[in-house]
Amino acid sequence: MDGSGQMAVAERPGWMGLCARAPGARLMELVGALGPRPAFAWLRVPEIGSVMIRGRAGGTGAAFHLGEMTATRGALRLSCGTVGHGWVQGRDKAACEAAALVDALMQTGAAARVRAAVLEPLEREALAQRRARAAKAAATRVEFFTLVRGEDQ
Amino acid sequence: MYVAVKGGEAAIDAAHGWLAEERRGDARVPELTVAQIREQMTLAVDRVMAEGSLWDPDLAALAIKQARGDLIEAVFLLRAYRTTLPRFGASVPVDTGAMLCDRRVSATFKDLPGGQVLGPTFDYTHRLLDFALMAEGEVPPARERTAEPGPVPHVVAVLDREGLIQREAEGEGPVPDLTREPLELPADRALRLQALARGDEGFLLGLAYSTQRGYGRTHAFVGELRTGTVTVEVEVPELGFAIALGEVVLTECETVNQFAGSRTEPPQFTRGYGLTLGRTERKALAMSLVDRALRWRELGEDFVGAPAQDEEFVLSHCDNVQATGFLEHIKLPHYVDFQSELELVRRLRREAAEGATREAAE
Repeated sequence: MDGSGQMAVAERPGWMGLCARAPGARLMELVGALGPRPAFAWLRVPEIGSVMIRGRAGGTGAAFHLGEMTATRGALRLSCGTVGHGWVQGRDKAACEAAALVDALMQTGAAARVRAAVLEPLEREALAQRRARAAKAAATRVEFFTLVRGEDQ
Repeated sequence: MYVAVKGGEAAIDAAHGWLAEERRGDARVPELTVAQIREQMTLAVDRVMAEGSLWDPDLAALAIKQARGDLIEAVFLLRAYRTTLPRFGASVPVDTGAMLCDRRVSATFKDLPGGQVLGPTFDYTHRLLDFALMAEGEVPPARERTAEPGPVPHVVAVLDREGLIQREAEGEGPVPDLTREPLELPADRALRLQALARGDEGFLLGLAYSTQRGYGRTHAFVGELRTGTVTVEVEVPELGFAIALGEVVLTECETVNQFAGSRTEPPQFTRGYGLTLGRTERKALAMSLVDRALRWRELGEDFVGAPAQDEEFVLSHCDNVQATGFLEHIKLPHYVDFQSELELVRRLRREAAEGATREAAE
């Protein structure tokens, strides 16, 4: 993972994470635009659950439990036999299905097309959003000026 | 003693019907949507997520709507929902050093790498009511300055380089979990931090303030306060690797306290730590002061009897769902208990009166 909190999408953990963090509606829109949904069978139907988030004391010390977040996971198999895992943040089963389809298709001959039509737009949009927040934060950075004091004159 | 009481079903139904109507308020005023609460009551949503101990802005907004804005009731609703969820696992500990900060300030160092970034803060506002908000209008876009998103180093790392601040100890063994095992005392720091992170903001605020006023004085400086987005990585067991499953907004506060040293440690600064879900700055700040006060034993300080130093007192009372459950149950029917109390008081009075009559006769 590089400094901007982004994992390269060349690898499986990268594309799975990108889909997991994407706004569900946008992910489904992009996957829908790929064309007719490929035939698949559920190995594990999407299930809503939670993940316990851990922090570290002082940011670097012993791990502790901070609180949970909702998540949805599922797994499917394409008719060619390829297995796709869908893990998404939140409680959106349809987004979980879309993420599992992307994961499966990325392991097939459709990978280049899925990368261009789904992953690259998601990555661009995530980066644009991070840039916009960073730009607003930067505008609130304090510039200190040293005041000229009377006795110095 | 609790005895099932029959009756009242019709009254309860009618009460809940009226509750729904009162929740809606004047029908001539447009109804609030959950999305409006999520987007415009963000700090209430964040507080409910922090104390509900579950990151899900939609559900927290729904809970606030359902609870008519009663945030403790909303926290209760979110906690109750959480108990229905299967747990997929625990994340890799989040790296707050890699946080993409919306805000990052230090009260101890003016010039630091990454600078003082105020973010969308109430600080330096005049706290005058803004009547412009009563009228509808467009908000001008926030100013921007070109910047690449990237992490900024933790401020205490500056002190750490000189060895001037106490190092955080690595944990050993499994991470304790309050949601799985009941609270056991003495609690280690990991358990304390979990309890504080889900504790009531008002309770922690009062305790933190008490340490500032002299009840277990620790004189804290805010080394750093930061709010921003961190990535939550989760190991996927069936695949054997971790994915960056989600993003959450966290607030982290590190306070720095003077420490004269002990037999084993040279004089140095010690730290208090606050980490909370959401933009919950007051809570994170209070948490770090209370965390520091609770560390008296490991730092070889005296227990002066201050409430904030008393682990059992703090940890047993900081959870507002537990507290309100126990407090509010006393308003529910206790007719049979009270009937027996009534009988007892009547009998004692009768006996006292008879005794007095006897004495007068003798």
